[in-house]
Amino acid sequence: MSQTTSYASTSDAARHGDEPLLQVRDLKVTFKRQGEEPFVAVDGIDFDVRPGQTVGLVGESGCGKSVTSLAIMGLLPKRGNRVEGEVLFNGTDLLKLSDSDMRDRRGQELAMIFQDPLSSLNPVVPVGLQVAEVLERHKGMSRKAAMVVAREMLDKVGIPDPDRRLKDYPHQMSGGMRQRALIAIALACEPRLLIADEPTTALDVTIQAQILTLLKDLVRETGTALIMITHDLGVVAGLCDEVNVLYAGRIVERAERHPLFEQPRHPYTNGLLESIPKLEVGRGERLNPIPGSVADNLPWTSACAFAPRCLNALEVCREQTPQLEMDFGRALRCFNPVEVAR
Amino acid sequence: MLRFIVRRLIQMAGVVVVLSLLLFLWFKALPGGTVSAMLGERATPERRRELEQALGLDQPLWVQYWNYIKRVATGNFGPSNGVLPGRDAFEVFLSRFPATIELATLAILIAVLIGIPLGYFAARRRDSWIDNLSVMGSLVGVAVPVFFLAFMLKHWFAVELNWLPVSGRQDPTMDATRVTGFFVLDGILTQEWDAAWDALKHLILPALALASIPFAVIFRITRASVLDVVEEDYVRTANAKGLTSRIIRGRHILRNALLPVVTTIGLQTGALLAGAVLTERVFSYTGIGQALAIAIEVKDYPVLQVLIMAAAAVYVVVNLLVDITYAIIDPRIRTR
Repeated sequence: MSQTTSYASTSDAARHGDEPLLQVRDLKVTFKRQGEEPFVAVDGIDFDVRPGQTVGLVGESGCGKSVTSLAIMGLLPKRGNRVEGEVLFNGTDLLKLSDSDMRDRRGQELAMIFQDPLSSLNPVVPVGLQVAEVLERHKGMSRKAAMVVAREMLDKVGIPDPDRRLKDYPHQMSGGMRQRALIAIALACEPRLLIADEPTTALDVTIQAQILTLLKDLVRETGTALIMITHDLGVVAGLCDEVNVLYAGRIVERAERHPLFEQPRHPYTNGLLESIPKLEVGRGERLNPIPGSVADNLPWTSACAFAPRCLNALEVCREQTPQLEMDFGRALRCFNPVEVAR
Repeated sequence: MLRFIVRRLIQMAGVVVVLSLLLFLWFKALPGGTVSAMLGERATPERRRELEQALGLDQPLWVQYWNYIKRVATGNFGPSNGVLPGRDAFEVFLSRFPATIELATLAILIAVLIGIPLGYFAARRRDSWIDNLSVMGSLVGVAVPVFFLAFMLKHWFAVELNWLPVSGRQDPTMDATRVTGFFVLDGILTQEWDAAWDALKHLILPALALASIPFAVIFRITRASVLDVVEEDYVRTANAKGLTSRIIRGRHILRNALLPVVTTIGLQTGALLAGAVLTERVFSYTGIGQALAIAIEVKDYPVLQVLIMAAAAVYVVVNLLVDITYAIIDPRIRTR
């Protein structure tokens, strides 16, 4: 991926000294369906995001990364689930806010972009209005003023001929342009936190690179903090200051980008990196996928959930719950971490 | 948009031509043909031949069809021989048409104005008592035959409670001025408010009976469609933008959810005529439905032809309106 060529870090010391913008504390989301066992999708997650920082949430599908982001945004369906813990945004617990207070903040202070740009845009409303309506709502602008800003936003996210595109409908745009439009919507009110849930998964590889570069430039320019949710380590390598690796609803490893890529300690992180094809490896050599699937998980309450798939698993991994412990600037949840440098 | 409408108009002209051909062939195929229909089975061969020549029935089929089209286009269907014997069939139609339009319009208005809001409401409060109750109510609406409902309404609200008139279009002692033939509209135009009010009172019960099925269908389609749309990603996006629930409801949910409903309204409006036949009978309401019932009973073919053509024309026009509405709501149709 082309992002990996640019390692210019957005993390300067001054920013990292700031108070955290977002503090997620022991976040737990339980889904309850009638006649079924409750399912714990997110099982006590803690992480911080500082102003201007880009934090990755990485893991396979079903690890709880999307549910975490929806819980932060207050977008989980009202029925059929329980959300516990704290989501402190600027010191205010978002989980305790009323519906209307949360509605005032969404789109204004915290915004989100989603995976599928076609289905995430309303097919029967012109794109310009879909950008302008956020400004009307949160900035109290008139339709006319909001349209002027909407035009600027489309221009800013690199949509050519923005005057014409304002009147276009989503089906008249390409996939990449739609995702740009969604980014314009999300950034219209200059939010302090942007959550991007797999923003490039539904796009062509060449477009993926463009969108990631755009996101990176925009968050750096505006000082917006970014939570990047992805299963793609290439995205993480190009974008994130800090990475949280999730497995079965818990964080198993957290580190800054460079240490994580240079020396993954958790066998799961290591497995994720090993399963990426590398050019320098000779032909005919096999890839190393992680064996098994999420279905093999053990319960965190009495073991390490990853143990059945883990190459480093010991007896203790199946009998005790590993805790998230600090280890030379990184957090690690493992009894038998990977020792050798890659 | 204009190109879209023109294209639809051409398509519809095609539909009307095909229908006229079918009607023409149908009347040709009637037992004994046109001549027997007009003279009876026991006419002498000479009389038959005379009439055949007079009507041009000895000419080739395509000439006959062309003559038929010319007559139909000028509204010349021949004299009625049953509904209002001796009167021109087209005139019979014109005198009855406004009554049914009035009735059908009110019925569809009732069905839409109750069906759509209730459908939305039931979907947003899925599985609540109000949802269950209205789903059950709509089932009853489809299941109960229209004529039975008409009888019940008439019995309770007109005969027992005496709140509304039992039958007819207007109290004959009103001596209201006629302008358009639409009695409610006439009353408003001439500012004879009591006449308009009286005509409206006569409309309520038959319109309610006629509205029962369209209401039930519109309600159920709206409910199902809203349930689908609220699960869509773009509604989640709208929520992520923190938009007010008014904007989310109108611009993001209903504008998408109403697309299938618009189609349904069109189809139901077309189907109203079937219900009107029975309802107008029960309330002795002198509209098209009643004329149609009589025309079939007494084999009044001229009137029957006008009515079938008219029903088709209404259907075609309503569906053109539906297509235009659809194109206004959904840009994907418009720009294709």
